[in-house]
Amino acid sequence: MRGQLAPYVFLSPTLVLVTLFFFIPLIMVFILSFTSLDMTNFGILEWWRPVNWNLDNYVKIFTNRFFSRILGNTIMYVALTLALFNVGMALVIALITTHIKRRTGFAFRVLWFLPRITPVVVYTMMWRALAGPAPMGVLNKYFLGPLGIGGGEYLLNTHPWVFIFLVNGFIGASFGMILFSSAIEAIPKDYTTASKVDGATTWQTIRYVELPMIKWPLLFVTTYQTLSLLTSFEQIMLLTDGGPGLYQTEVWALTAYHRALTSYFGNTQWGYGAAWSVVLVIIGIVMAVIYLRVFKFGELVEEPKIDQL
Amino acid sequence: MLRSKLKPTLAYLVLIVPSTLIILGFLWLLITSFSTRIEGLRSLGWTLHNWRFLWESPFGPQYPSIWLVTLNTLVMSLIMTLIVVVVSSLTGYALSRMKFPGRKGFLSLTLILHAFPSVTLLIPIYFVLLWIAKIPLIGRDVPLLGGFGYNTLGGVALVMVAFQLPFGIWIMKGFFDNISWDMERSALIDGASRFKVWWQIIMPNIKPGIAALSIFSFLTAWNAYLIPLTFTAGRAGKSAVLSLYLQNFISESVMTEWNAVAAVGLFQLVPVVLFFLFTQEALLNIYGGGKKGGV
Repeated sequence: MRGQLAPYVFLSPTLVLVTLFFFIPLIMVFILSFTSLDMTNFGILEWWRPVNWNLDNYVKIFTNRFFSRILGNTIMYVALTLALFNVGMALVIALITTHIKRRTGFAFRVLWFLPRITPVVVYTMMWRALAGPAPMGVLNKYFLGPLGIGGGEYLLNTHPWVFIFLVNGFIGASFGMILFSSAIEAIPKDYTTASKVDGATTWQTIRYVELPMIKWPLLFVTTYQTLSLLTSFEQIMLLTDGGPGLYQTEVWALTAYHRALTSYFGNTQWGYGAAWSVVLVIIGIVMAVIYLRVFKFGELVEEPKIDQL
Repeated sequence: MLRSKLKPTLAYLVLIVPSTLIILGFLWLLITSFSTRIEGLRSLGWTLHNWRFLWESPFGPQYPSIWLVTLNTLVMSLIMTLIVVVVSSLTGYALSRMKFPGRKGFLSLTLILHAFPSVTLLIPIYFVLLWIAKIPLIGRDVPLLGGFGYNTLGGVALVMVAFQLPFGIWIMKGFFDNISWDMERSALIDGASRFKVWWQIIMPNIKPGIAALSIFSFLTAWNAYLIPLTFTAGRAGKSAVLSLYLQNFISESVMTEWNAVAAVGLFQLVPVVLFFLFTQEALLNIYGGGKKGGV
């Protein structure tokens, strides 16, 4: 009896926290998404009574004029940031810094970790300075100006998406960088030495020895970061806040935030915002399940042998 | 011959060109914090005025000083780290070592939890924290921490723990997977309880994992912005943290002093950069081993 209860004792702190901060809030958001609760009828509308529930918010979402643009933005933002930076750049940094002199590699990793540990407000301010119009902007003053590219405009207005990829990607890359470089360092030296003895070039060693051996961290980072990107919006909010054009850089999570938490003509639409986020949760869960299937995470979860003693 | 040289050169370029952007950006930040105005990377006048928050309170004496705010941030980050490590290792251990119905489902669930957008759960979490605040003893009026309810350091830490758990559990499970069964098995045969085995035999063996997760959690907590912003009552409160202190310069002064923002930002950044420099080796161990069981 004691043996059967033990796992649940170990799991109980997680269960409590998950119930308090995921399940209860999720149920509340789910119910709210069927109501028209906003700042004007707060305290009057009995949102917990099923009489007041309907699908209006969902109809509003799918018939929204900007629905396809927001969806398209979200897909582009997640796919490109993930491919170029969170996995791509992370892998490049990890591979290079583990193949050069230890101290130099270390310096590069510290440098790439800075964006993650810089306060996000200051970090986006820094990028605005880089993108600034001539003569203030660093890029315009030292690179684009002398090369004769562009007319010294504010680059965030002319190329907002480029900067959204850069700003988010530079933070995202360090997560994969840490996991990949530690996985590469953990490969027993015998394998790489053996391939060198056989006459393989550095590139061949990477391609046929190291990459296959870091398959699991690669899959984990891809999955975990897809979900992170889907729900992230802080940097976009501070950088362009969905602009400069109408909904030009608005992604799904940012829409949910705008509808639910920012004053929209003096009105925060909690119910409508909740509906946006419920759809986002469903997209996230579907993505997670697809990843778990495709990457065969089931193999990772072998049965433990200890209980057979 | 040329071809074999081209590939490494190209690879270095891919690393060095983006790295230059980071260097330029932080150089700008540093120069700005000591300047009255700046054009490109050229200061138009040097000053220490932006750093005056170190020796006086820029918003008046009724507001907490930077040093109290720093202490708050430290306390909150340490509490958050401690809870994340303990809870993740308990759960990671069960998922790695114990057989129980729903084990696979639980592991998938922890990953799926990461798909829940923190932003949209903020409103309901606010109600949960108000509710916790009503619980005697742990809710409020706890020394140092304030408690675990709304507008307390503990409450903010607890919410961040929840969002850090999916990562923590998967990482810790990877480390447990890589420890041999033998020691544990013999202890169990000798009649030790699972809890005793976990605490006395397994935990000392995954010190690298504990170190890596602690560092990662601490850095996350130190920089947290949205959650403290939502669940504390702002800069005047007893539970203000550094990211909120920074926010004061932006939202409430007549004209935002961006140069002062840069200075406060650097003040917040420097300790964690030093911390990272000293702990980088340990962080590199976050991946438990070369086997497929890791991560």
